[in-house]
Amino acid sequence: MADSSSAAECPVCGAQIQLAADAVKGELIECSDCGTELEIISIDPPQVHEAPQEEEDWGE
Amino acid sequence: MKIGLLHSLIRKDEKFLIDEFKKVKGVELIMIDDREVTFNIGKDKLNVDVIVERSINHSRALHGLRLFESAGIKCVNTYSVATVCGDKLLTSCALAEHNVPQPEVRVAFTEESALKAIEEMGYPVVLKPAVGSWGRLLSKINDRDSAEAILEHKTVLGSYHHSIFYIQKYVEKSGKDIRSFVVGGQCIAAIYRTSPHWITNTARGGVATNCVVTDELNDISVRAAKAVGGGIVAIDVFETAEGLMVNEVNYTMEYKNSISTTGVNIPQKMVEYILQVAEGRK
Repeated sequence: MADSSSAAECPVCGAQIQLAADAVKGELIECSDCGTELEIISIDPPQVHEAPQEEEDWGE
Repeated sequence: MKIGLLHSLIRKDEKFLIDEFKKVKGVELIMIDDREVTFNIGKDKLNVDVIVERSINHSRALHGLRLFESAGIKCVNTYSVATVCGDKLLTSCALAEHNVPQPEVRVAFTEESALKAIEEMGYPVVLKPAVGSWGRLLSKINDRDSAEAILEHKTVLGSYHHSIFYIQKYVEKSGKDIRSFVVGGQCIAAIYRTSPHWITNTARGGVATNCVVTDELNDISVRAAKAVGGGIVAIDVFETAEGLMVNEVNYTMEYKNSISTTGVNIPQKMVEYILQVAEGRK
């Protein structure tokens, strides 16, 4: 089991997610257990939440 | 050198760009999350040499750029480029004014005049929101029955910006179109986007493969970029029997699927250009 103090918890399935060494706040990642798209909201302590839903003016 | 990166979510595109900036000695990257920005107009100053706009929301990108430029900060892309590229009607006007080939486009402001324009153009046509991306709410209209239904739905259910009817003649593109990347007046790479669906955006499942940048593609891409004001843009191009035509120009271009596909380090090219702008060399 991952060390929970250095891992974020997936808010959907509860999986422990280790952030990459070069992770940045705001980065989109995917939960390797349930596949939910997540946003990193804090590096230290590691925290994620579900990524925002697509908005009408998202795009290129 | 201080580089401000205006962002919200950090997608792979932004991550690649950040990684390239980190490789450059003497560059300090300042992350500016548009969700946290407040701006005191006429008062606030920001100590950066250039702002790189990578917001996922068009509205924040556009207005953020205006605010930063009003504070005297150079931006990539500029507010002007974002304004033109963010509105298909303005893009079409800019392309026409610079004699860049594009499919026939007609604009109407009412349900009745839009139907008249469509009937004159002949079917099929594509009805697009003037402001929108990733292929959202595009309608391919094959006959009068569909036209009447879609126009009525837009009129009754659509928000304000759906009251401008941007109608493009449908171009038969054999399941693929081209996305070319122009950085600082140079066409650096291109991909084909292939899909069994008539909408070929990679955001909608289109598959990217390398596309050789021919002289013709280079020419139309560079001219399209110049028409909208330059900077860093991605051009959507149709191959037609009458030659290449520009469909759209994108100002916060996405390229994550195009680096390994083309073998071109697109974010590195972007960084080189952005540094030139910051240093006043562009």
